Amino acid sequence: MIVTAQAINFIAALLLLVAFAMLSQRRIRALVNLFAVQGVLLTASTLLTASGTGQTHLYYSAALTLILKVFVLPLILHRLVRRLQLTGDVEMLINTATTMLVGIVLVIVAFNLALPISEFAGTITRGTLGIALACVLLAFLMMITRRKAVAQVIGFLSMENGLFFAATSITYGMPMVVELGIGLDVLVGTFVFGVFFFRIRETFDSLDIHHLERLRER
Amino acid sequence: MSELAFLLGIPLLGAAALAFRGSQYRAPEMNAILSGLTFLAACALTVRIISIGPRTAMNELFFVDAFNVFLVTLTAFIGFTTALFGTPYMRVERDRGKVGAGAMRLYHSMYQLFTFTMLLALTTNNMGILWVALEGATLATVLLVSLYRTPASLEAAWKYFILCGVGIAQALFGTILLYLAASRAGGTGGEALLWTHLNAAKGQLEPSVVAIAFVFLLVGYGTKVGLAPLHNWLPDAHAEGPTPISAVLSGLLLNVALYAVIRCKVLADGALGTHLAGNLMMGFGLLTVVLSAFFLGRQTDIKRLFAYSSIEHMGFITFAFGMGGAIANFAGLLHMTVHSLTKSAIFFAAGHAAQKAGTQNIDDIRGLVHMSPAVGWGLMIGTLAILGLPPFGVFAAEFMILTTAMREHAWATPFLLVALAVAFAAVFGKVQTMVFGDPSVRPLPHRPAALPVFVHLVIVLILGLYIPAHLAAWYREAASMIG
Amino acid sequence: MPILPFASQFLETLLAVLAAPLLIGWVNQCRAWLQNRSAPGLLQPYRVIRKLFRKESVLAQNASPLFRLTPYVVFGSMILAVSIVPLVATGLPLSPVADVIALVGLLAFARVFMALAAMDVGTAFGSLGARREMLVAALAEPALLMVFFMPSLIAQSTSLTTIVETLAHRPFALYPSLAFAAVAFVMVLLAENARIPIDNPATHLELTMIHEAMILEYSGRHLALMEWAHALKLVIYFTIGIALFLPWGIAEAGNWIAIPLAIVALAVKLAVGGAALAVLESVSVKLRIFRAPEFLATAFLLAVLGMLTHVLLGAGT
Repeated sequence: MIVTAQAINFIAALLLLVAFAMLSQRRIRALVNLFAVQGVLLTASTLLTASGTGQTHLYYSAALTLILKVFVLPLILHRLVRRLQLTGDVEMLINTATTMLVGIVLVIVAFNLALPISEFAGTITRGTLGIALACVLLAFLMMITRRKAVAQVIGFLSMENGLFFAATSITYGMPMVVELGIGLDVLVGTFVFGVFFFRIRETFDSLDIHHLERLRER
Repeated sequence: MSELAFLLGIPLLGAAALAFRGSQYRAPEMNAILSGLTFLAACALTVRIISIGPRTAMNELFFVDAFNVFLVTLTAFIGFTTALFGTPYMRVERDRGKVGAGAMRLYHSMYQLFTFTMLLALTTNNMGILWVALEGATLATVLLVSLYRTPASLEAAWKYFILCGVGIAQALFGTILLYLAASRAGGTGGEALLWTHLNAAKGQLEPSVVAIAFVFLLVGYGTKVGLAPLHNWLPDAHAEGPTPISAVLSGLLLNVALYAVIRCKVLADGALGTHLAGNLMMGFGLLTVVLSAFFLGRQTDIKRLFAYSSIEHMGFITFAFGMGGAIANFAGLLHMTVHSLTKSAIFFAAGHAAQKAGTQNIDDIRGLVHMSPAVGWGLMIGTLAILGLPPFGVFAAEFMILTTAMREHAWATPFLLVALAVAFAAVFGKVQTMVFGDPSVRPLPHRPAALPVFVHLVIVLILGLYIPAHLAAWYREAASMIG
Repeated sequence: MPILPFASQFLETLLAVLAAPLLIGWVNQCRAWLQNRSAPGLLQPYRVIRKLFRKESVLAQNASPLFRLTPYVVFGSMILAVSIVPLVATGLPLSPVADVIALVGLLAFARVFMALAAMDVGTAFGSLGARREMLVAALAEPALLMVFFMPSLIAQSTSLTTIVETLAHRPFALYPSLAFAAVAFVMVLLAENARIPIDNPATHLELTMIHEAMILEYSGRHLALMEWAHALKLVIYFTIGIALFLPWGIAEAGNWIAIPLAIVALAVKLAVGGAALAVLESVSVKLRIFRAPEFLATAFLLAVLGMLTHVLLGAGT
């Protein structure tokens, strides 16, 4: 039990590392790969939680995570990147060092927010809630600091990853029917994003979202 | 309850059918008929619930009580009338070459899917499914907002998608925390997230966790309600999408998102035993009202103008539910009803007006009443109604909210009154020049669908003059449920 | 006064000082293998040092006494540093001073002298090297301190001896924070020891060199001491890394029988570490000097993250 908890903590730390790596990554393809790595880590931690606690429904959600977040979504994203020929670096609005510093502040915020909640939770993995929240906030930061639409979408998806991790860590996952629904939404969402990219591309000839800044509050 | 199966089954199957047949010439009528059938199912369900009281169905997966059945009926009704309005409207758009066959198929299919997600969100008993349904509603409408594929519409849809996506992620975290609180209070497995179970055990939920959960839920679902400061997506999405979509966004989506907030508030109130949830809602509501009132005067686009008006009204309603108590809740429910009806009627009229003028720019629309009296008067009466002039229903609702506010939260009334006055001046001036003045619009080959406009307005008028006894009883029951 | 602890302390220090050039030779050997070159031989650093000691030391006309003093100061502080790091055993006479913060100070002390001496003669290269060295150091030092704090937090002490005792001699536990710290430490090690990707020890290309530029004016026995001190510094970093992250095998206080085993363990760990360093250097490219802050900021970030995970996840429970 203790070894399981330690292993999960270790994976959580790696998740945080991946979140920071995503924040500093400039290349779209590498970003997609990092997203897939995040999926692998999530699957591993879910499996460990499942075996450590005997919550059988977590095996299903681990399988769902593996299929959806390690194979299907990265595959779709890679296809999109290839079809849209998105190579080269992503412009960032703020330089990396500043982003990282803001990231650290966010992590501290997340830890403080998580502390009272995780004390209340009775799971063996409750300590990882702070990291899950930090992943959510970091993904949010990534959405803010990137100019390319695809990077924003990856940020969106990794935010969902963070929430999934939060659910696993404090309540051993959501009820199955809800998890299925969320998975469906994420999948459909990615397809919609895909359709959307092509529309943006054919209208603007670029996926840079600064084209999307004309509507302002007047 | 077979009515429930029909209610949810018709739009779902309709979406599938229209995904294949949605580009046919008669597809708009098919869409309207499907929506009409859904409305009939909703009526049947209402009649059943009134006679047998609140019920759960299908292994407690669905739950219908006085509160949500009233919204189900309203949703199905506006869905039906909007489909009626959309029949000639979308045909004109197609004849003008603004949308192609594929876009028509997408539009009709997604229209039904959107109706389905709305009804699912209203009738589900599971807080998780509620989240899934609301996210599904965004997904169903986001491609419709960018239906015309203009740069502005793409931007609007992107903003809508991203902002609502981020917002709804907050709500998911709130739901997770709710589940945590419930599972620690003795709930087991999938049942812990069922609203009926949560409601029964709300006294045992850990207050600190529920408080944090409610903040996340309020911010998350509040984004969809259009509460400031996360309201930015709303005017864009309303202005750039096809008008029927603007009408259902204002008339349905905002209501359903607010419904989700209120369901959460009931739980938070029960668990906390304080007025924290209500105070938060009042704060956000007031901020929204004031902010949007001042933005109203700066709008140059007719649909954006009314979108901001929607934000203002949602703020007002949120404020009302935040105050709580029998009268304020009653007024809030009434306001939800009349706002949906009036606002969708206005969007119908505004859509026809924009179609006739060939632009949504307020300065370029002139003399509607001369070329098309139905559209012109529809817009004028609708505007008067939405601005809260007697004898319309909006007046009755706002009057009740204001008097309650004066009695219980006197400090807030000046803000509300000033906001109302500013909104009145801004909107009335703009609409008056559009309706009267020298004509700049031309007649269209299709007759405008004036029927939905006037049906809505007549209902709003009736609700302002006299609320039928069993309707009032029904509101009262729902209001007492909200607490 | 027991003679055994002092003898072993002396022997340990002597061993480290004498073996230091061997480590450099081993790293060069591995690099040569990896790059398909024929290596100069494991003992080449010894030959270089011997040759330099025999040669006359040439001083610039305007060199101050500081310039002449510096090699001895640097070499001396390196010897002191290497003797307080627990190499093969804990509980030696100098163990009470083995404080990680003191260690960082000691290294900084040597560095300041080196930078001053480099600027002393007033050549362009010397000042350039010193400036760059201070830039790297200013960024590397906080990262190094953060790295040290993590094991210190776990062991509740900044004494290296206590840290080694705590980590090596208690039930195995996974510390995510230590993993972060280890990665950050490796990055600092690369920067501080003038290794690729921050500096290239094998080149005198004026645009890129840092360490070599600083010692460019030295010759003869002074240069020999500087080179030796540099080799010692690498040993110090390696042994600190071993003490913090791989302390298994270091003999407990008073357990003299375990010492031969500990020496073998140390040799194996140094050999593996040296090979790993060679691999790391061979697969990475030298960064432009302007990217160095980014590299070190990443190290700092990792260290901070490790700290945060430590605070949140606790001591692996």
